[in-house]
Amino acid sequence: MAEQNTEDIKMTGTVKVKRGLAEMLKGGVIMDVVTPDQAKIAEDAGAVAVMALERVPADIRADGGVARMSDPEMIEGIQEAVTIPVMAKARIGHFAEAQVLEALGVDYVDESEVLTPADEKHHIDKWAFEVPFVCGATNLGEALRRISEGACMIRSKGEAGTGNVVQAVRHLRTILGDIRKLGQADSAEVFDWAKELQAPLPLVQEVASTGRLPVPMFCAGGLATPADAALVMQLGAEAVFVGSGIFKSENPEPRAKAIVEATTNFTRPEIIAKVSRGLGVPMTGIGMDEIQIRLEDRGW
Amino acid sequence: MEALSSLGVETLEIRKSEDIDKVDRLVIPGGESTAISMLLDWNGMRDPIQKAIAAGMPMFGTCAGMIVLAREVLDGREDQTPLGAIDITVRRNAFGRQVDSFETNIEVVGFDDPFPSVFIRAPIVESVGEGVEVFATVDDKIVLCGTELILVASFHPELSNDRRIHEMFLSMEASGTQG
Repeated sequence: MAEQNTEDIKMTGTVKVKRGLAEMLKGGVIMDVVTPDQAKIAEDAGAVAVMALERVPADIRADGGVARMSDPEMIEGIQEAVTIPVMAKARIGHFAEAQVLEALGVDYVDESEVLTPADEKHHIDKWAFEVPFVCGATNLGEALRRISEGACMIRSKGEAGTGNVVQAVRHLRTILGDIRKLGQADSAEVFDWAKELQAPLPLVQEVASTGRLPVPMFCAGGLATPADAALVMQLGAEAVFVGSGIFKSENPEPRAKAIVEATTNFTRPEIIAKVSRGLGVPMTGIGMDEIQIRLEDRGW
Repeated sequence: MEALSSLGVETLEIRKSEDIDKVDRLVIPGGESTAISMLLDWNGMRDPIQKAIAAGMPMFGTCAGMIVLAREVLDGREDQTPLGAIDITVRRNAFGRQVDSFETNIEVVGFDDPFPSVFIRAPIVESVGEGVEVFATVDDKIVLCGTELILVASFHPELSNDRRIHEMFLSMEASGTQG
């Protein structure tokens, strides 16, 4: 039998380790939760991870005020309630909140536009952390800037708390469409792409040659139904985040499970039809022309 | 799947029960073992896979896949029922949370050089039953073991650019009438 003591050569917080966890969440659903009880419901419904936050986006939108990192006691309660990975949100640029989350041992930090930004110019230097980060993006340039800062997972921003999938679709189509176009560019055109995207050249060259982002690309923001999940998965999302869509609906448990089943079976409409029955009323939702604050505009 | 394709193997993603008849070996990948276990039941995959195990189809479980193939799971959910394809007891998240996830080189029985391995919220094998051979350990904890038909790893060989463990899986011969 092979024996060795590897205690001294274990490398933690490497790019492979950080991006690796995102790889393992592909095909799954990550659910926003506020309390340990909600986290339990999410895990029971087949979520691959939960996202701890102070209030779901729909409430943040309704209540106004400053939205911050969740109470550490609540996060610990959620960590104790479930065995799946626990993510938590920090404000854009608020590296001290991210340090607290890392100290709490959360599995992923979401530097999120859903919370009130703490810095109007700088995102967190995510390379400085061992805990991996996910960040939102509305276009390819934004995605690559976040990756250059150390993000290990990108999600569309969508428009959180609206129950309206239109912005998530726009962001996904923009990012994935530009990746396809960039793949057609010749080596000289790639320099211009880097300029237009305002993104680091080496990352732009990598996307041009591989035809994909260097990290997993998930979808978030406004998903409310199993069919919404199937839509964005067919458009090319590799997993989905569902926020207010579950716990702001009439009947969270069956809806959460139905969204998990739809995400797994996204190419099979007969299954989506089956799981979509009798779920009760989804969250009411808001049209884009009715909203006061566009969260997607936060982050740069 | 990319790892196996790079070795010239034709691969198929299995999401529905009838597809299992189209393959002659099966990989149960990483992910969240709780979600995988539930989806096995919801999608009616448990019985077909159990039949394939009984018929002697070679299977390879990585990380969560190892948990799903085990006989017994510690630190799991109470309703998490593994497939029991291999007589091992597995502990979930045995190294800790994501910040404790790591990369390291491990010595593997039969390999001349160490294998670069990536452990992500990884499980370990606490104990093995008769007929299970241990191939690698980290800090005296079992991280790679197998029988003639079932290979399980705590880590993610697909995340390394080293295909030796996949080759090991491909060299396993089906038994019985499975074809």
